[in-house]
Amino acid sequence: MTDNHAPVRGINEFKNTAQSVGRAGGKRRQAPNYISTTNACKLCKPMGAALAFRGIEGSMPFLHGSQGCATYMRRYIISHFNEPMDIASSSLGEKHAVFGGGPNLKLGLTNIIKKFHPRFIGIASTCLTETIGDDVPMLINEFIRENESASELPALVSVSTPSYSGTHMEGFHAAVKAVLKTLVEPGQGEDMINLLPGFLSPAEIRHLQEIVEDFGLRGVVLPDISETLDGPALAEHELIPRGGTKISAIRAMGRARATLEFGRTMADSDSGGSWLARHKGVENYRLGTPIGLRETDRFLAVLEQLSGITTPEKYLSERGRLLDSFTDGHKYVFGKRAVVYGEEDLVAGMTSFLAEIGVQPVLCASGGKSGKLQEAVSEVSHDLSLETPVVQEGTDFYDIAEQTEALKPDFIIGHSKGYHLARKLAIPMIRVGFPIHDRIGGQRLMHIGYRGAQNLFDLIANTLLDKKQSDSEIGYSYM
Amino acid sequence: MSTAILQERQDQMCRTESGSKFSIVCDKESLAGAISQRACVFCGSRVVLYPIADALHLVHGPIGCAVYTWDIRGALSSGPELHRLSFSTDLQERDVIFGGEKKLYAALMELIERHQPKAAFVYSTCIVGIIGDDLKAVCKRVALKKGIPVLPVQSEGFKGNKRDGYRAACEAMFNLVGTGDTSAIPAKSINILGDFNLAGEIWMIRELYNRIGINVVANITGDGRVADICRAHGASLNVVQCSGATMHLARMMENEYGIPNLRVSYFGVEDMAESLYSVAEFFKDKEVMARARQVVKDELEKIYPQLMAYKKALNGKKAAIYVGGAFKAFSLVKAFRLLGMEVVMVGSQTGTEEEYKELQEITAPGTIIVDDSNPLELSSFLKEKEVDIFVGGVKERPIAYKLGVGFCDHNHERKEALAGFSGMLNFAKEVYSSVMSPVWKFMPRMEAQND
Repeated sequence: MTDNHAPVRGINEFKNTAQSVGRAGGKRRQAPNYISTTNACKLCKPMGAALAFRGIEGSMPFLHGSQGCATYMRRYIISHFNEPMDIASSSLGEKHAVFGGGPNLKLGLTNIIKKFHPRFIGIASTCLTETIGDDVPMLINEFIRENESASELPALVSVSTPSYSGTHMEGFHAAVKAVLKTLVEPGQGEDMINLLPGFLSPAEIRHLQEIVEDFGLRGVVLPDISETLDGPALAEHELIPRGGTKISAIRAMGRARATLEFGRTMADSDSGGSWLARHKGVENYRLGTPIGLRETDRFLAVLEQLSGITTPEKYLSERGRLLDSFTDGHKYVFGKRAVVYGEEDLVAGMTSFLAEIGVQPVLCASGGKSGKLQEAVSEVSHDLSLETPVVQEGTDFYDIAEQTEALKPDFIIGHSKGYHLARKLAIPMIRVGFPIHDRIGGQRLMHIGYRGAQNLFDLIANTLLDKKQSDSEIGYSYM
Repeated sequence: MSTAILQERQDQMCRTESGSKFSIVCDKESLAGAISQRACVFCGSRVVLYPIADALHLVHGPIGCAVYTWDIRGALSSGPELHRLSFSTDLQERDVIFGGEKKLYAALMELIERHQPKAAFVYSTCIVGIIGDDLKAVCKRVALKKGIPVLPVQSEGFKGNKRDGYRAACEAMFNLVGTGDTSAIPAKSINILGDFNLAGEIWMIRELYNRIGINVVANITGDGRVADICRAHGASLNVVQCSGATMHLARMMENEYGIPNLRVSYFGVEDMAESLYSVAEFFKDKEVMARARQVVKDELEKIYPQLMAYKKALNGKKAAIYVGGAFKAFSLVKAFRLLGMEVVMVGSQTGTEEEYKELQEITAPGTIIVDDSNPLELSSFLKEKEVDIFVGGVKERPIAYKLGVGFCDHNHERKEALAGFSGMLNFAKEVYSSVMSPVWKFMPRMEAQND
């Protein structure tokens, strides 16, 4: 069975609008033909894999490469989540680069198993080991054969993530797909649905689980970083943080009723949902990340269809309150111009929401290069935006800064690394996505669903009000 | 030792005991699968050269190495801020197959044109070491064309550890030394090596040297300038802080230009005062020494009452230290002692045997000394020793916080000046702000203890 779009109102609407791209579609301003990259708006591929692997029960992410990769990524991830983040490394040295990294990969696995007793090890390659030509799947098979006598080996999943090809998001999706390909097992059909949400925050994963449960569905979220990257204070150090998608549940994902996968810009070749559909016959619903009103409507419409129940009152109320707040605050945000940057699917989702509230996205930029961002932006915003945003893929902050200065936005919205832009232009910055390195609470950002849209709307409206109030010579204490 | 320690690592740690023979194994490659806190050769080079603010720092490789080191040091500049940008050739698959030299050449030409730097450092990464791009040749061509020094840094990540990266950075800088005009440099002049101007520290230190009548030629590398490094051979003395980072440059300058060097530390009042005295002593000038004494006296008078107030609150609290180079740990041990605190664990990523021996001598019996440790070991030490505050970098922070232990950032990302006399006060305040917080009282660790 191939991928199906759900035959519900959200999806139909989505299809109809897609046809009108040519007429009202976004304009793609050709990125200047720079050779060098300055202040990249993307991270490297193994980083995404390490993040995805962290969301599996009893898991130790493992990088096959030089020690620095693991350490740099740990530092980067720790600074966002403020949580322990172990990433093992095969710590290759010069002789391994010449004679092959196999022995060190195996030694690293042995040591990790001995010390951490993981139930899962996710092994991502790096540019070094891809280039010296280490055959990681073969090495892992050898390792399994050599350790047959061992009582119980953890599940070992490898993914090819050369950092010279794609960004952290391709690495993230590739890791999810590799986990599915390696672990799903045949058997009886399960009354459950798969959720492949992509890279959301722990708080967002928790909300996603809540929504699905409220529809009376049994959902398996892969990966689930809700606890592993946002855990409680502890009396004892945990070898591996608690939580994560259960391996037994992953094994059953090939027998689920359906898959819901978020990501309008994800390549089919990277999609775990497509793989499950093609090879296991699990119907796949590919949706945009549910940011804002309409993307959430579409998501809930699919849940209605799958559960056979109507949207619970709780969410109708949340939706109603959200709309009520839209009317309360519409004037303060209308016509404001925003620059949106970051991961492509996040950019598409944020653009969708901004367009709904009357903010004009003027630049939608990403270091990713899916080739689909233009279309995604157009689909979610063309019928609402008065102006067509400039969409730039494969860009860096040098380009974004050039464009932003010309476009004169009222605020920017994205991760911490855009701060220098906001500072230079003396405009507010709304922090969303990854990394948030200049504030606490990155792990608790919650922007999905009606509740997440409410958070965002209040934040944006109040940020703009604050700016207006601070800039005012008089400074009223009322609006 | 506890179950947290891999057998292969047992000899890389010890507990000090009075009278017994001390032995520790270090300077080893990190063990695969041990989750070392170390980085790589590239990291070593990048941290040393990073603060040179008017140079272009181009990372030749895929995007990761550049993006993870974008604006990550709190190294301030009094002028240009080119060092705060992250430049990469962002190698793609086709570059890896066909070679990255053309792209490197074009990127260098473009960036030099755009930013007009005084020099360019081109960092080699893992993959460049494998595909065999001839960095030297490309750099030479660009240097000829653009008329500025373009220096390859041999920092392939896998070719050693961070210390090898320091060495590669020193070798790149050494190409600059000796090319500038030194005629106007006075006799009583020094270079400051191994301070990176985190939160403006080198400015405070320069000011102290100036107050005792010593002229500073080059900051290497905090608030560094290419032209200053070019004329650094005109100084009479290299004053070197930190064990690994810039010592190699000082040695090369000693061999080539006969410039002696002194090792100092600016952390803690004892070591800061000692730095001024030892420089004064080197110049054998009574007036300089008298001024040094006066400066130390004045500065101590300013901070002492407040320091003693902190000491009163912190007396008897326990500290653990895990830093990059062991040299910094000496000063920290002394600084904690000044605050009446006890150091119960001390370790580093890249310490030498000599340094660990010295640490053993200055710490109390029973102190844990560890080389190239990891989160699992560090957690077990924190818990065993019932530590009140852990000093380290970002990677160590969650180890402490997860267990409800206080933390002080003493790494290159920090935004607080901790060097010099006023830095000691800041340090005391940092430690105080964490240790004395009421939040620890509610943590599961404390609740478990109270049960």
